[in-house]
Amino acid sequence: MLSNIGNSLLFLNIFFGFLIIHYSINFLKNSNTTIPKKIYHLSLLQSTSILICFCTLVAAFLVSDFSLITVYQNSHTLKPIFYKISGTWGNHEGSLLLWAIILTIFSFLFLIFNKNHPKNFRLHTLIIQNLLILGFLFFILFNSNPFSVINPIPKEGLGLNPILQDPALAIHPPLLYVGFVGSSIYFSAAMASMITNYSDSLFAKSIKSWVVISWTFQTLGILVGSIWAYYELGWGGFWFWDPVENASLLPWFAMTALLHSLIVLEKRNILYFWTIILCLLTFILSVTGTFLVRSGILNSVHTFANDPSRGIYILIFLSLMIIASIYFLFSRYKPTNNYLNSNSKETFVLINNWFMMFYLITVLLGTLYPIFTDALFNSKISVGPPFYNSVIIPVVTVFLILMAVGPQVKWIKNKFTNIKSYLLIILAALLINFLIFYFFKSYSITSNLIIISSLFLIISSIKDIFKKTNHFPRVISHLSFGFLIFFIGLNHNFSIEKDFNLKLGEKKQIDNFQFFLQDLELTKYPNYQAVKGKIKISNLITSEERTLKPEIRIYDNPQTLTYEASIRTNFLKDYYLTMSNIDRSEYYNIKFQEKPLMIWIWISVISLSLGGFLSLFRYAKYN
Amino acid sequence: MQNIIKIITVFVFIFILGIFYVSLNRSSNYDTETLVGNKLGEIKLKSFYKDKFYVNEDFENNKYTLINFWASWCAPCRIEHQYLMELSNQKNIKILGVNFKDKKTNALKFLKDLGNPYDYLAKDTQGKQSVSFGIYGIPESILIDNKLIILKKVIGPLNSQDLEEINKIIKNL
Repeated sequence: MLSNIGNSLLFLNIFFGFLIIHYSINFLKNSNTTIPKKIYHLSLLQSTSILICFCTLVAAFLVSDFSLITVYQNSHTLKPIFYKISGTWGNHEGSLLLWAIILTIFSFLFLIFNKNHPKNFRLHTLIIQNLLILGFLFFILFNSNPFSVINPIPKEGLGLNPILQDPALAIHPPLLYVGFVGSSIYFSAAMASMITNYSDSLFAKSIKSWVVISWTFQTLGILVGSIWAYYELGWGGFWFWDPVENASLLPWFAMTALLHSLIVLEKRNILYFWTIILCLLTFILSVTGTFLVRSGILNSVHTFANDPSRGIYILIFLSLMIIASIYFLFSRYKPTNNYLNSNSKETFVLINNWFMMFYLITVLLGTLYPIFTDALFNSKISVGPPFYNSVIIPVVTVFLILMAVGPQVKWIKNKFTNIKSYLLIILAALLINFLIFYFFKSYSITSNLIIISSLFLIISSIKDIFKKTNHFPRVISHLSFGFLIFFIGLNHNFSIEKDFNLKLGEKKQIDNFQFFLQDLELTKYPNYQAVKGKIKISNLITSEERTLKPEIRIYDNPQTLTYEASIRTNFLKDYYLTMSNIDRSEYYNIKFQEKPLMIWIWISVISLSLGGFLSLFRYAKYN
Repeated sequence: MQNIIKIITVFVFIFILGIFYVSLNRSSNYDTETLVGNKLGEIKLKSFYKDKFYVNEDFENNKYTLINFWASWCAPCRIEHQYLMELSNQKNIKILGVNFKDKKTNALKFLKDLGNPYDYLAKDTQGKQSVSFGIYGIPESILIDNKLIILKKVIGPLNSQDLEEINKIIKNL
């Protein structure tokens, strides 16, 4: 039954999509400058029906309707309700439905929130966005239908992969999707802008808040993914340069560049085509990322069941998007004489964009290179953290300094009058850096440079807060980014890792730590059993004591063994401990890590995205 | 100039999309089982104890050699260790252990605790040499004959069934 409702709603959505395109095209030639109510209503209906369609799927998961293949493959009656719901988007088909929802809702919101922009620009945006929606709906309906039925109906489902049964992972996809699927709306708007020649600073205004929204959510989505990796994957890292992580980072770079170039377009009415390229690129990269992940041509921690026919479909979709983008870009491109004074805010923003492009190209190359060598030379290679770290980290140093200086620079023509204050800031940064390695421990030259430059950015931004600037959101974001790099730098240099075996009742002393495996306890939960260890860690120098309780979980559906790290967080450091059983031995393998300032890394990213939210509020207030 | 940029852009995209298309029909799983039947290339592994290298000739006099990649930090390696111990009692097979990305003291302790089944012990501290054997995770084991042809490859810990199969191969002279 639910399957029929879902399928009908999908068809209904396709019908609405065609209808909106039809009416919009008809209305383009009309001299009336307002968009008729009919289109608004259709768009609202479209959003509502796709939401109901999604709720139908959620309902199927809730009542464990195993007649649906998707539910059968990804759910189980014993699963907690929360994970039944999050299971809806924890799989390929359901997550595509989430794609369609975001495409549709953004389409509707863009329509109602941009009433003061030209009618034809808005209609064209609506048409292009609906073409994207239709593309995805056809994909869902004919290739990845979440409402496909299975006969005979299985009695029990296969269950959701236990490592996905996690609150962070439940909200990770929706956040990330608002980010990179949200970028579709400025893809559409950029196309519409080229078609209708709506190319001045007003265009920048029309998409600004959408860019900020998608950037903010993308940032949060990446953060939640990192947090999940940190406490679920069990080795204490939070960023792996895994191809799928990279796929989410690529659009982020493009968005960040766009966010900055938009300011120039809005204020100075230059860099129009560059901004357009970034708009197109962001969504193209998002779809490319989706292609790479879903087609299965990349291997990573994100395992979606592979199916080449999906890949073909997304690839065709991607190719059409690229062809259309290139066609319009080349046919509408007019060389403009963008004279830029080399010492002006415009130039600094452009430099920011170059940096972003540099990061983007580095990460893109690293991600695609293994695919290329495999296809061309049949050789399997993998590009790992050493590549990214050695290419990106030194460049970040310069980037941070420019990030501190850039915002102070004036539009059009600037004069550096505050060299003295910069020198003072550098001195302060050097001094703090010196104190850190004097009191704690020394680190490499690169780390020194990273710490100094991040301190430079932090101090400059703090100074800005007191300047009563009206760029408060920007200051917050820049400051947070400085802190983020600063904390990552310290965390990287001051982390301690110990690896040893321990049996029940045994005490072991390593350096200044003493470990004591006090107790082992078997607990039964509805969908798994857990062996909980109780390990007391005493720091012999500070005589600080903490008890950590790592778990070995045995899940029933599907049968899997997972190791749950036990993490004790405080404001200074995290204790991170995993325990794994050793077969036919009473010993347990213990991996212990002391990771300083972990929580501050998360807080920095939250506050980075807070800058985005603040700027949205401000934007809403002034418009 | 502008036209050149346009042409280059188009070609870059065609190239990328073309590669994507080609990749779609390839298996992305690195299936090293297909290596069975191939001859091992040049072996050059640093000895664990001495300052010398093990090379191809060292293994050409053995009827069979099992190359086992392991480390003290690897839990499944502990699981499979008993089977290696069992295998080390067989006459016509020698076992070459390659200690993978490990600390010497930990590795020695591992062997002291669980026994040392290895006739040869080599080390690959950086994990670089192992790559040329088609290793992408440990434990992995490769059974070769005296011509260094790969007869069997086991990805993951050896189990009793693997042991049986290896025994069958080495006894069916």
